[in-house]
Amino acid sequence: MTTPVLEIQNVSRSFGPVQVLHEIDFALHAGQVHALIGENGAGKSTTMKILAGYLQPSAGQVLLGGTPVQFASSQAAEDAGVIMIHQEFNLAQQLSVAENIFLGREIKRGLLLDHAAMHDQSRALLERLNCPIDPRAKISEISVPNRQMVEIAKALGRNARVLIMDEPTAVLTSRETDILLEQIDRLREQGTAILYTSHKLDEIAHIADYVTVLRDGHQVFADHAKGLSEDQMAETMVGRELSNLFPPLQTPQDETVLSVENLSVTGWVEDISFTLHKGEVLGIAGLVGSGRTEMMEGVVGLRHATGQVAINNKPLKSNSVLAARQAGMVYLTEDRKEKGLLLQKNLRENLTLLALDQLSGLFINKADEERALDTAIADFDIRAGDREMNAGNLSGGNQQKLLLAKTMLAEPDIVIIDEPTRGIDIGTKQQIYEFINQLAASGKSVIVISSEMSEVIGLSNRVIVMASGRVAGELTGDDINEGTIVRLAMGMTQNKATAA
Amino acid sequence: MTDTTTTAPQAQKRKLNFHLLGPLFALIALIILGACLNSNFLSYGNVTNVLARSAFIGIIAVGMTFVITSGGIDLSVGSMAAFIAGVMILSMNSLIPIMGVGVPVIIMGMLIAAISGFAAGWLNGFLIAKVRIEAFIVTLGTMGIYRSLVTWLADGGTLSLSFDLRGIYRPVYYDGIFGISWPIIVFAAVAIIGEITMRHTRFGRHCSAIGANQQVAVYSAIKVNRVRIATYALLGVLVGLATIMYVPRLGSASGSTGVLWELEAIAAVIIGGTALKGGTGRVWGTVIGVLILSLIDNILNLASIVSPYLNGTIQGVIVILAVVLQREKKTAD
Repeated sequence: MTTPVLEIQNVSRSFGPVQVLHEIDFALHAGQVHALIGENGAGKSTTMKILAGYLQPSAGQVLLGGTPVQFASSQAAEDAGVIMIHQEFNLAQQLSVAENIFLGREIKRGLLLDHAAMHDQSRALLERLNCPIDPRAKISEISVPNRQMVEIAKALGRNARVLIMDEPTAVLTSRETDILLEQIDRLREQGTAILYTSHKLDEIAHIADYVTVLRDGHQVFADHAKGLSEDQMAETMVGRELSNLFPPLQTPQDETVLSVENLSVTGWVEDISFTLHKGEVLGIAGLVGSGRTEMMEGVVGLRHATGQVAINNKPLKSNSVLAARQAGMVYLTEDRKEKGLLLQKNLRENLTLLALDQLSGLFINKADEERALDTAIADFDIRAGDREMNAGNLSGGNQQKLLLAKTMLAEPDIVIIDEPTRGIDIGTKQQIYEFINQLAASGKSVIVISSEMSEVIGLSNRVIVMASGRVAGELTGDDINEGTIVRLAMGMTQNKATAA
Repeated sequence: MTDTTTTAPQAQKRKLNFHLLGPLFALIALIILGACLNSNFLSYGNVTNVLARSAFIGIIAVGMTFVITSGGIDLSVGSMAAFIAGVMILSMNSLIPIMGVGVPVIIMGMLIAAISGFAAGWLNGFLIAKVRIEAFIVTLGTMGIYRSLVTWLADGGTLSLSFDLRGIYRPVYYDGIFGISWPIIVFAAVAIIGEITMRHTRFGRHCSAIGANQQVAVYSAIKVNRVRIATYALLGVLVGLATIMYVPRLGSASGSTGVLWELEAIAAVIIGGTALKGGTGRVWGTVIGVLILSLIDNILNLASIVSPYLNGTIQGVIVILAVVLQREKKTAD
């Protein structure tokens, strides 16, 4: 076999005391597409970042063309022809396509930029990709898949030998995905080595020559893609037993507290209907981009939505967060740093922001606020060195607890929690699971949106799986398992998914 | 959550915070400097004069504190003051034939000033929050509009309040109680109410939340647009109030009334420690900022060491210094 272009040998990586990668070992060959798959948090991003020079391995080595290398930075990796394309593009919106392609290595004639040369070369690069974009168009004017093409053209312009693509299709429609896959095929024929990640297993089956599966930081599978079915991939990805991380489920009551009918959020979700019962934990599963968050933001009035939402059989005024909160329904965002907490403000002001009307008449009652903070610190085990510290200086887990405390201070009956444990250590996770369970036990109703399959399964009485902005299926009892959820999320019908 | 190792409420250690108290020290230093340079500096006459003249900018700057705290800016306040003064004078003059010369006309004039201020401020807020045009652009536009409108109303000259009314209105600027003139009393009242509103009401808390991160405010069920419009409307009303205090001083308005007031008001807010990008607001700091700016002017006029023409230079240096000194150390990531 030929020498691999890029190889990763026995690479481990730790962040502080936490080891996130254990002896990963695979090779990328010229003219091959290598798929790297695994659940969220399995270590895909870390692996890619090590290959592309953003991170250094704690142990093991990276080999470039058979010789060990240490990329000091992503810049060094790019100079060596190893280029990573991020999910969020690195393009200057207000610059033209050509200006972006040549950003940082502009062609000059004397002191001035040689626009003609850059346009011609950009056009040639884009033609190689069979992508007819005008090099003079601004990035903000072109479509998302075309931006992806510009990223690829930019990489090719830097003589990419290895292209690392982080979920390139997460933001694309299926038609756009097809176009991208064609382009990847073309790149493969031209001899580029490609590392490709995606949650969409049909794409992997279609495009990959070789598949490596990561699970909890371990490499659990590495072989040719030929003959590997989507089902086998899914099983290898998730094949993990649930530990005692989750408290025993509570039994929900029959009473319906929330009913959503024909809810649509333009561009995201269409015609969603579901109900929520008293004391129930309803899990919402689905791929990132399937519209889970957008649906719930539509339900609570954070996003413009059409359709009917009723709480305790009373219709809810649409598109008003305040009305939802007054009716006892609150939404806890997945983005605690940008949408959940005021990072430059202290704990007290963060805690009471949502429930401020309960703590104030004409004036805010500071003593009540302080008492609320005492209670929150005790009840939610928020570990802050100093009461006056800013929320931004708390650890991720404590920020999440503060956000939970803030939400619960509004005394809601219906709590919608989006990604309750994203980026949180296992100990805090367990505390949060316990807390969600207690909420249900006390007669509140909870909706948990999560990308972590095990979380949805371990916590929920019932699970709704979303795919491409629609409800792909609703599961109860024994049907709630990883295989069925994955199949539904990948777009199989419910009959097929549960029968398999 | 079972863990019992909770953080004990710590004794409130109040370290002397130089970032916070810097403006206050600067003010004290200025007062000492002034007193050393001129024995008249601390005289009743001079102090009253400085405070009364600070009142107009001061009243406006308190309103500006709310606007800036919630992440906005208003460049139109100087022009707005001139425009309101013009409208107020014209309407009072034209009310004389109907209502006769007397206090009711003055009261009507004051009402009109307050209402025009509210309307002008609300319009700014509406365009910024609802139509989603940047605050800088909107208020740059209305700054030009109000300035040109008052020049047009005055036909390029000066609008003068009827001489009969001036005698009745004059005391609003020149008189007072217990030897404190009305502008000072009104400024003090506005400052105190402003400080309480900023620190102890939901409105104040919502302003700083919106300025700190508008997304978080939206997700915390705060009516962001309503609060933002309210800050501009409040500022408009305060500009109206400042104009009510200002008109009896000269009894006239022209195209050059209130020129550069917006910059002085914004400078005072910034000197006082309110962040220009929003999120933290200190009304008491703004009051100190206003006083610092007027004291510099006053000291330069009293002491003949530096030419009073360099007033703007010194004020400019102070604004820049204030921001540099108050720049907080970047929190460790």
